[in-house]
Formats: sequence, structure tokens, C-alpha cells
Amino acid sequence: MTAVVPRVLPAASTARFRRPSGRIVAWVAEHTLLAVLLVLFVAPIVFVLLTSLMTVNQTLTASIWPNPFTLQNYLDAFAKVPLARWFANSAIYAVLATLFMLLSSIPAAYALARLRFRGANLIFLAVVVAMLLPPQITAVPIYVMWAKLGFTGTLLPLILPNLLGDAFSIFLLRQFFLTIPREYSDAARMDGASEWGVLTRVILPMARPGIAAAGLFMFFNSWNDYYGPLLYTSENEQWWPVSYGLATFRGSHSTNWGLTMAITMLVMVPVVLIFFFAQRVFVEGITLTGVKG
Amino acid sequence: MTTFASRTGRAGTLVVPVRPGLRRSQRRRLLTALAMLAPALLGLGLFFGYPLVASVFYSFTRYDLLSDPQWIGLRNYQYLFTEDPKVWAAAGNTLWFVLILVPVRLLTSLGVAGLLVRARQASGFWRTAFYLPALVPPVASVVAFVFLFNPGTGPVNTILHAIGIQGPLWFSDPSLAKPSLVLLGVWVMGDVMIIFLAALLDVPREQYEAAELDGANALQRGRYVTFPNIIPVLVFAAVTGVIAALQYFTEAAVASAVASGKASVGDSAGAVAGYPDDSLLTYTQWIYVRGFSNFQLGYASALAVLLFVVAAVFLAVLLRRVNAFTPEEAQS
Repeated sequence: MTAVVPRVLPAASTARFRRPSGRIVAWVAEHTLLAVLLVLFVAPIVFVLLTSLMTVNQTLTASIWPNPFTLQNYLDAFAKVPLARWFANSAIYAVLATLFMLLSSIPAAYALARLRFRGANLIFLAVVVAMLLPPQITAVPIYVMWAKLGFTGTLLPLILPNLLGDAFSIFLLRQFFLTIPREYSDAARMDGASEWGVLTRVILPMARPGIAAAGLFMFFNSWNDYYGPLLYTSENEQWWPVSYGLATFRGSHSTNWGLTMAITMLVMVPVVLIFFFAQRVFVEGITLTGVKG
Repeated sequence: MTTFASRTGRAGTLVVPVRPGLRRSQRRRLLTALAMLAPALLGLGLFFGYPLVASVFYSFTRYDLLSDPQWIGLRNYQYLFTEDPKVWAAAGNTLWFVLILVPVRLLTSLGVAGLLVRARQASGFWRTAFYLPALVPPVASVVAFVFLFNPGTGPVNTILHAIGIQGPLWFSDPSLAKPSLVLLGVWVMGDVMIIFLAALLDVPREQYEAAELDGANALQRGRYVTFPNIIPVLVFAAVTGVIAALQYFTEAAVASAVASGKASVGDSAGAVAGYPDDSLLTYTQWIYVRGFSNFQLGYASALAVLLFVVAAVFLAVLLRRVNAFTPEEAQS
């Protein structure tokens, strides 16, 4: 041991002397690279915003800067396009799907995280497989089921299944419940609480960030969903959500990029706003899904 | 010591008689678990187990939803492998996304995560800035990119023109439509980047210090410290990336619809899907076109069964390699 120390120290000290200049060069290089990348990453949004503020005539030219600036496209977005109804439909879909998912998935996730019973591992495996397999594999029989019930052409086939649990949410919630120390639930059990009591009075208050993350993911996924509405509501314009409406709208107003970009901006806004209010929760949730490996 | 411990352990389970009280509490626990899981179990059966089996059944039938399914044996599979005019083009496009889009996204998000780990000042600002595009609803980001790259008035070609380059047709050029979507995939790489960032931040600092003391240079530290620490996360991201690429649908479908400037995606999807020249026709879109535009539900099921076989292979790899999914963790 003692023989090693003197040999190491000089190396370490020369490293310390060598560092400052090298460190500054590295710092400048890294931040220049980051700044260039940042410009590239922000540019798309800036161009979309600028185009949304142009007059129709100007969008037909190759100009980049609006002259004059106009909000006409945003007014048209609500006047000429059923944007308000699309937003309402998206809100109905996302809010109900999220509420229903929480009702059904929280107890399921708790049982898989904390109760020991035969078959728990098998059920968890089924949840993981259901979460990861492409939804297109099971789309046909599910569509047939809803068609026989007469629910195609509405958002119900996308909302109702959440009453029966959502695989990804169950997985995410279970991962979060596992991080809560067992001692808390054990103490409550000693005091005579039932499993339902432990879940509602101990786990729920402690797992609030995890539940918020699962809820946010569900909300975003429903808000952004395109495949589901394409499958079930494309035939019935009354129930189009905003993501489907935006994709389809370009067909009928194909030349008006200004209006299209105004709607694109409006579709982004709610999601970005929610993110800024719930940033912490969100990032925590994302890391939980992947990093446990 | 060890033999003693294991012997008592075995004897404990074998000899001690199970008390009726213990059994009752065990049964009660099972009933509670079943009550909590009942909706989810019903959901798994109704929206996963049943349709998985039913897809296999439908794949042996001719079915248009109006009349009952009609058993035709292996006819659908024979058509799939020998006659379908577009299935191999569609499978090829999906394979292209698996082989190009997934590695490009992994490398760029790992690179950006590596830069962000080193940015100590204003780290929150940098992280948010590079993560934000991942939040943009996919349909909105596709519409935005088709506009940015549109050959007539798009800013990208305008800028290229200003520096003397004749911009290409991007989303309207069959050879550039897929690479254009890769650029979009890089723009929204934040979802993967943030997982890599967390993994890089989790690498114990002492290991770097120890390596430095041993005289390891930056490259060697990456090879012998960083890489072994993040390999599980890399595998996780790679395999989930492949599974996501196998079902690549929304971006390609919306890009085709918007770039073609023609009718909606829903009613006449067959006409627009894959524009330009089937270069964006992915396998899952082909399932959609055959199943829900042409209402050949039996044939679409055969296509779905083939997708299941391929996805199951990657799923098996993932379940083997990634600890997050092994049930042992529940016991900790």
C-alpha cells in the first residue's frame, strides 16, 4: 500500500497542472458544439412560428421573415377549421382515458408490486409482453369486437379499454411502488390496516409523483394518438381529435402553409405548457421506465 | 455453515405443519390480489390474449366484416409469400427503418447525452432544450418537417439556395423520403437521450477517478468505465427502438398524406399510402391498407401474424437481457 502512494501522487499532480488550459479548450469546444446543435434543434420551431405569422400571399413565396406580421392565420384556424371541436374531442379522449387508467391500473400495479401470491410473476410477464408487442398485431379482432357493438365512428373504443387497465401504466406504476420502502406498509399492516387500507392511506400519498408521471404519460399518449383515431373515427368527422384533424386538414387546404403552421403551433402549445408545469415529475417518470436495467 | 443453513431451511418447509390460520391468511391475500387485479386481468384477456388467438384464426379465413369468416386454409399465407405485389416493398421499408433509423437515433442521442453530462453550467436549460422536440405531438412534428423541407417555399431549400445549392425534393423524392424521416427522428431523439443521460450520470465517479489514477486516457475511460456501466441501458434502448421501428406508422403515414397534398388518410388511404412511389409504405401501413381500406380482415390478420413472429424474437431478447423485466425484482 505505502509503496503505491508516492508513485501515484506525482502523476496526479502533473495532471492537475496540465488541466486548466486543456479544460478551457474542452469547455469552449463542447459549448460551441452544444450551441450549434441548439440552433439546429430550435430552428424548426422558429420557422413554423414565423410562417404562421405570414399572410397567405407571403407563404406562397420563399421568404423567411414575415412582412407584415399578422395573426390572421390564428383567427382563421378557429373560424375556417373546426379546431375548437377537435380540441374538445382530444380533451375528452385524453382526460377520460387518463382517469379510467388510474382507477383500474393503480390497484393492479400495487398487487404486482407488493402482494405475494401464486401467478404474480406470470401476470407481470403478460403485462410486459402486452406493453411491448406492436398494437397492429391485435388490431383486427379488437376492431371486429367494437364494430359488432356498433361503437366504431366514436372515441369509445379508445377510451373504454382503459377501465380494464393499461399495460404500460401498470408497468410504470409498479416500478414506482417498488421504490417505496416496505417498512411503511408493514407498519400500517401491524396497526391492523387491510391491503386496501395500506394502498389508499400509505402508498397513494407516497406515490404521488409516480402516479402523476403515469397520468401525464397517458394524457400525452392519448393527446398525440394518431393510429387509434385513424382506425375508429376517420369515418366520422364529428369525433376527430386534433392530431387526426391536423393530418387530414392539409389534404383539403393544401396550399395554405400559413394556416397549417398556425394549427401546428396550437397543437403543440398544450403539451409544452403541461410539460413546463410538471417537468420534474415527467423526467422522473421517463428515467423510471428505462434505467432500472 | 452453508450446509447447516440450507438443511434447516429445507427442514423448515418440509417438517413444520402448515397451520390453518396461516392458510386462511394466505387465501385472503390471494383473494385481495385477485380483486385488485380483476379489471386488469379482464383487460389482458379481452384486449390482448383473445385478439392474439383470434388473429391466428382470422388469418386462415376470408373475412370482410359483412359476412361471416370463411375458412380458406393457408390461402392467405400462400398469397402473402408468392403473390402480394407490395408486401416485400413494405417489409423492406420497415427493415430500412430498423437498420438505419434505430442506430442513427441511438448514436445521436448518446452523443448529445455525453455532451450534456459535461455541461455543468445551466444544465437544466440545455437538457430541456434538447428534450423539448420529443414532446411535440408526432403529427405536428411531421407536418412541420414536411413544410420545412417542401421544395417550393420551404426554409431548408431557401437557405440551401442562398448558399448556392439546388435543394432536392426531400419528402417528394422516393430516394430521400426515408432519410428525411430520419432527420425528423433525430430531432425528436430526446426520449432516448434522457434515458442515456440518466445512465451516464449514474456511473460512479470513483471509477473514473480510479481509472485516471491508473493513467487511462479519455478513450480508455470510455471503453473500460462508461461502456460497461451503460451497456444494459444501451441494450434496452436498442431493443425497444427496434420494436418501435417494427411498428413505424404515424410518421410515415402522415408524411405521405401531407407531402402528396392529396385527400385524407382515412377514406382513401390506399391511394396516398407510401407516397412517393411506395417509398414510405411501411409494413404496418400495409396491414392497415389491406385490413381497413380494403376490408380484407383475414389477409390483414395473416400479415399481423407474421409481424408477431418477428416482434416475438426481439421481445425474447429483451426479456432475457434487461433486468427491469425480470420478476425477481418484485421480491427485493
